[in-house]
Amino acid sequence: MEQHRSHIYGVMAEFETPEQLVDAVEKTRAAGYHRIDAYTPFPVEGLSHAMGLKHNNVPLITLLGGLAGGLGGFYFQYWANVVSFPENIGGRPLNSWPAFIPVTFELTILGASLCAVFGMLALNRLPQPHHPVFNVGRFVHATSDRFYLCIEAHDPKFQVVDTVRFLQGLHPHHVTEVHDD
Amino acid sequence: MSAGQPPIDSPQIRRLTPVLGPGHTFGSVTDKISSIVLTRPTSLGWYIGFALSFGFTALMTIAIGWLFTKGVGIWGINIPIGWGFAIVNFVWWIGIGHAGTLISAILFLLNQKWRTSINRFAEAMTLFAVACAGIFPLIHTGRPWMAFYMFPYPSTMGVWPQFRSPLIWDVFAVSTYGTVSLIFWFVGLIPDLATLRDHATSKVKQIIYGMLALGWRGSVRHWHRYQSAYLLLAGLATPLVLSVHSVISFDFAVGIVPGWHTNIFPPYFVAGAIYSGFAMVLSIAIPLRKAYGLEDFITMRHLDNMAKVMLATGLIVAYGYFFEFFLSLYSGNKFDVFLVQQRLHGPYSHFYFALILCNILLPQSLWSYRLRHNVAFLFIMSLIVNTGMWLERFVIVVISLTRDFTPSAWGRYQPTFWDWATFTGTIGFFVMLLFLFVRVLPAISIAEMRELVAETAEEEK
Repeated sequence: MEQHRSHIYGVMAEFETPEQLVDAVEKTRAAGYHRIDAYTPFPVEGLSHAMGLKHNNVPLITLLGGLAGGLGGFYFQYWANVVSFPENIGGRPLNSWPAFIPVTFELTILGASLCAVFGMLALNRLPQPHHPVFNVGRFVHATSDRFYLCIEAHDPKFQVVDTVRFLQGLHPHHVTEVHDD
Repeated sequence: MSAGQPPIDSPQIRRLTPVLGPGHTFGSVTDKISSIVLTRPTSLGWYIGFALSFGFTALMTIAIGWLFTKGVGIWGINIPIGWGFAIVNFVWWIGIGHAGTLISAILFLLNQKWRTSINRFAEAMTLFAVACAGIFPLIHTGRPWMAFYMFPYPSTMGVWPQFRSPLIWDVFAVSTYGTVSLIFWFVGLIPDLATLRDHATSKVKQIIYGMLALGWRGSVRHWHRYQSAYLLLAGLATPLVLSVHSVISFDFAVGIVPGWHTNIFPPYFVAGAIYSGFAMVLSIAIPLRKAYGLEDFITMRHLDNMAKVMLATGLIVAYGYFFEFFLSLYSGNKFDVFLVQQRLHGPYSHFYFALILCNILLPQSLWSYRLRHNVAFLFIMSLIVNTGMWLERFVIVVISLTRDFTPSAWGRYQPTFWDWATFTGTIGFFVMLLFLFVRVLPAISIAEMRELVAETAEEEK
């Protein structure tokens, strides 16, 4: 049994509708499984809540990117036009800050946007070309019309036979084991 | 409906016009949209259209090659009209791009469901329009191989770009706009690329789409962060799109040339940008839905809504024209008054009257429900508005520059063959990119269409 477990990533159940999946996720968590993941072809309303996902760090990273872009952008213009290469144009002040606002604004947006996208990808550990769930033949439907729930093997409550039986009790379309390779 | 069909424009029917045709499931929208890319054979029409647009792209490269050989003297520009077609076309193309961002970002924040089936190709249109726009200021610099001077880099000369100049603001605005539009578009594509990866039958396609999909597997944790990022990007793209055409209008408004030096320019440029952009979205959507049988996804409701946005922004533009006119006269400034006279009676007055006809008078027909629901009429109207907006840029650039302060500095502007070749060439380039796009990427967001199916099912319960 130990030998077999080292090769198994988890057990996966396939559902036909998003409502069934949300229901199944709630029941699975209530049954004490916590190392679980759900796979859907579009963001299902209420599923994040059922999974117990609360905040994520993408907004914070975006804010930091925006601040870095804006402050860095303004400081750079100040340094270039006041410190590094000052030009006296009709005696006007060197730090003509209103004229620096458009570039500061654009760089704020640029910094925030790049951080939102690359931050999201990094937190999601993407790109990741391979993942054990892709070993399941029917998983191609996860990007089309089916909804999946996977209980992972490193869950303390995980026992292949019991977990399969538990998932079958949720009336899925299909239950399969997910192998590491 | 047993008592016979109500008339087509009755309130009952209008309310029933859906954003999605009846009877669609998660699987059917997936198959229908992905089949355009994966299984549908390439039609003869596609080859003909592609060949034609490729021909114009070749003309563009020849025109640019000749320009690099001979210099900007091959164009009709002179002193005092140093800007000419290059800037007219630049402003026109950038404006067209704005509708894509408006649809993908602003309508997303406003939770408008009808944006779903048009946002993908509208964003693609934005990217391609920005690509066409970017060509013009670059080749207009005269020495395009020195274009990197516009970016701040530590040069051995120890100088920096002049950050107080609107032309440098432009560099940052347009390059930020291009970058943000690209990543916004790509983020939206990731789940669909995964769908194509999983539906592709040939190894090559599986590998290419698989690489582009970054290993997306639809995990709920991924969707959770994805939705945050998408919402934030929409929130960031909204002020960005309003800023870009404002910054471009500063190129004019900060100058002291009569007809440019006016503070109504930023809002009126933005409205004009959205106006021409929606016209271009219609010009693309109407042939696209016909060619690929997408009438269920791009319904009359979409065309009707886009026509209404066009009508509304057209009225804002008309308001801008009126106040531009009124303030020039009311100011009592003799150069401004003279410019108004030049627009009405000068050598380019026929451009001005054509502009009023295309942008203000003819689009008023869109008040009619029947005309808004006549697809052929809408297509023609969208081309008319695009022409009108191009004329607007021409009037602003050329009339002001030919008639500034001193009669001895007045001039005339006549575009040459190479001006036209470059302009029509970029149109060909734009169309060619669109042809390639509909062939290799899903022209409608599949993941968002599935969401729409789920929401529609919810509503029917």
